[in-house]
Amino acid sequence: MFKPYLRIEKLNVYYDGHRALKDITVDIPEKRITAIIGPSGCGKSTLLKSLNRLIDLTEGVRVSGRVVVDGTNIFDNEVDVTNIRKRMGFISQTPNPLPMSIYENIAYGPRIHRAKDGKELDRRVERCLQAAGLWNEVKNRLKEPASKLSVGQQQRLCLARALAVEPEVLLCDEPTSALDPISARHIEGQLVNLKKDYTIVFVTHILRQARRLADYVVFLYLGELVEHGSAEGVFTGPTELKTQAYLKGEIS
Amino acid sequence: MDRRKIEENFFKGMMVLSTLIVIASLLVVLIVLLFKGMPALNLSMLTQTPRGGYYLGKEGGILNAIVGSLYLACGATVIAFAISLPTALYLNEYAKRSKLTSFTRQSLDILWSVPSIIYGVFGYTIMIYLGMRASLLGGIIALTLLELPIMIRAMDEIIMTTPPKLKEASYALGATKLETTLNVIARQALPGILMAIMLALGRAIGDAASVLFTAGYTDNIPRSLFDPAASLPLAVFFQLGTPFPEVQQRAYASGAILLVIVLLLSIASRLLTKRAMKYVIR
Amino acid sequence: MNTRRLKDLVASKIMFSAAILSSLIVLITALALFYRSMPILKTQSLSDLLLSSSWHPWRGEFGFYPFIMGTLWVTALAMVLSIPISLLTSIYLAEYAPSKVRGIMKPMMDLLAGIPSVVYGLWGVLVVVPLIREYVAPLAGVISTGYTVLAGGIVLAIMVFPIIISVSEEVIRAVPRETREASMALGATKWQTVKHVVIRSSLPGIIAAIILGFGRAFGETMAVLMVVGNVPKAPSSLYDPAYPLPALIANNYGEMMSIPLYDSALLLAALILLLTVLLFSVAAEIILVRIKRRYSLG
Repeated sequence: MFKPYLRIEKLNVYYDGHRALKDITVDIPEKRITAIIGPSGCGKSTLLKSLNRLIDLTEGVRVSGRVVVDGTNIFDNEVDVTNIRKRMGFISQTPNPLPMSIYENIAYGPRIHRAKDGKELDRRVERCLQAAGLWNEVKNRLKEPASKLSVGQQQRLCLARALAVEPEVLLCDEPTSALDPISARHIEGQLVNLKKDYTIVFVTHILRQARRLADYVVFLYLGELVEHGSAEGVFTGPTELKTQAYLKGEIS
Repeated sequence: MDRRKIEENFFKGMMVLSTLIVIASLLVVLIVLLFKGMPALNLSMLTQTPRGGYYLGKEGGILNAIVGSLYLACGATVIAFAISLPTALYLNEYAKRSKLTSFTRQSLDILWSVPSIIYGVFGYTIMIYLGMRASLLGGIIALTLLELPIMIRAMDEIIMTTPPKLKEASYALGATKLETTLNVIARQALPGILMAIMLALGRAIGDAASVLFTAGYTDNIPRSLFDPAASLPLAVFFQLGTPFPEVQQRAYASGAILLVIVLLLSIASRLLTKRAMKYVIR
Repeated sequence: MNTRRLKDLVASKIMFSAAILSSLIVLITALALFYRSMPILKTQSLSDLLLSSSWHPWRGEFGFYPFIMGTLWVTALAMVLSIPISLLTSIYLAEYAPSKVRGIMKPMMDLLAGIPSVVYGLWGVLVVVPLIREYVAPLAGVISTGYTVLAGGIVLAIMVFPIIISVSEEVIRAVPRETREASMALGATKWQTVKHVVIRSSLPGIIAAIILGFGRAFGETMAVLMVVGNVPKAPSSLYDPAYPLPALIANNYGEMMSIPLYDSALLLAALILLLTVLLFSVAAEIILVRIKRRYSLG
């Protein structure tokens, strides 16, 4: 039912000595939507950012453990981190368009990974904008600055941009928390569409969103993995007390 | 209650007066120079080099100084840019917050206040040591030293304001540090970078003390890096010092030309920066 | 290692070298000047050089006193003229001026700062010197050519305006809104708030601005040289000419090599200039760093 795609084994992350993630071991299933849930500050974003080694950018970070994709541990010294990041698309909480035109935002990723300009690239840009549900709104103004888009449009732009490098995984850090309800629903719809081609992992603190979208659930509390399993299983019959308390809204 | 009001109004009056004094000084400087300079300004001033007898009041112009200044300032700006941009990018993106980065920044801030004559003296000393004569090259080196702290500091300040989320976006797509720096950070900072260049260029064109010893002065347009080069500021200075009123008039005209060039640079800088803001993320 | 990572590595090494180069320039300059001043320092003690008034290079006498005094007089006058006007203007711009006025002032300050010093000097010769000669001096009962400390002070003061104003204005505006609100909430008038609270908070920054302005005035060469008379005698009144250090260096570089020890003396003058400006710069830097730290923590 759930074929594991990403295996996280005994992952520990330390920020300046403080242990933010404790011995996380879980398999992320392929081509499904996995939701990482839990109260704020419990390490959800840290876990997400570990998967594409974006935490490397923070100072004072130490990591132990393994994250294995296709038989390779991404934290291996030999591994080319830019390649990892190419395979893991990332969308952050607040939309972060690059200081370029709409077209160039999408083209940026492919270009740095050696794509050539031309019809091929134009087609790729269009495909990704379509997949993100933004194409119709911007097809006539691709050369305009990305900063002119509304927040909801910018987030869809970021989704398109992430898709443009042809990743296998999409990592989304609270992708709708900065958006109005309509734009949020838009994004959620796109994610559901995309799961047939991509493995999606998203972090959210909105339980209802998790219920709507998730196939698989990972519950983190204070840096520890409390429970994980199929969404149906966890939401209807959580086995751990903490999970039950969280789902009931007693801890948040 | 009344006393408070009186004191407040008094100081408000003083403040407005001070502001007016400052504005007035600017206007007086500009107006006097343009008025005095205009009469002596004609086409030959701009298009000819000094002919024989120029300094006695006869024909010629200051093309030598105009071209000399352009060569000097542009040469120095290009070299300074080649050093400044990497330094500013390095300080912000590659180096960690360490003693080295703060030391570099402090040194540059100190350099920023160093009077330009010191650069002239330093350049001259080196030139004597190397057996060089006053030349275009010498002037360019001295001006580069002058421009470096101005450019680096201005670029540094703007690059520092790059929003971290932009960098995160680029890295998340799998870009290397170099790619992120050149494609994203430099793009975002482009208006500031342009402004830094124009600022330094303006300073270089107008500076006399640093080129006094190092570039020399000549009536000809320099044909190689080792020819001496005239410069507009020195043209003003030397022409002013003659006893002939016609030549002094030319000094006023030269001053006016210099002023106009600096003004134009300022306007161009503002316009260019505005255009470069197009893609910048606020 | 693939090409992209290689490019990354090479680029970072190049940038590192550029940064190192830039940071060492001050040191190298100071050392070079020091080295070249050595000859004269070997023949006479520093205190002799600094305190003697006799400047006869061809006799081997290098007393710097008149020039140091000349520099101090002109700089001090420039600061006395500039500080009150600049501060009042910056307070006005930061606290009272409508945004339109502030909008015009910024480009005007940039312009003032961008005018080359020869141009200021030229203006000084055209306007200030005759003014002093024809009107101001007679009013004070003095006969003067106009090429005076006063002329130098006035021109320098105008050149220093933009520096003090721009830094001070920024510092004053940086005082947090809450601080002002606290004072107003207690019933203080705007001016009282400004006078007692805002200025007190921004005082270190204002002092730093003044120090920066002082440094600029101290080292300014061309403009002052053109209006100040260049007579190697320490001035005793505002209507006397003066001969500041930078002017000394600029005027005599041509004869440097012809008289023994002359070049060394002039380079010593340059070294003194450099070290003084350095001192002021470092002082201003320390103060500004402390302020930035205070406000980013608060």
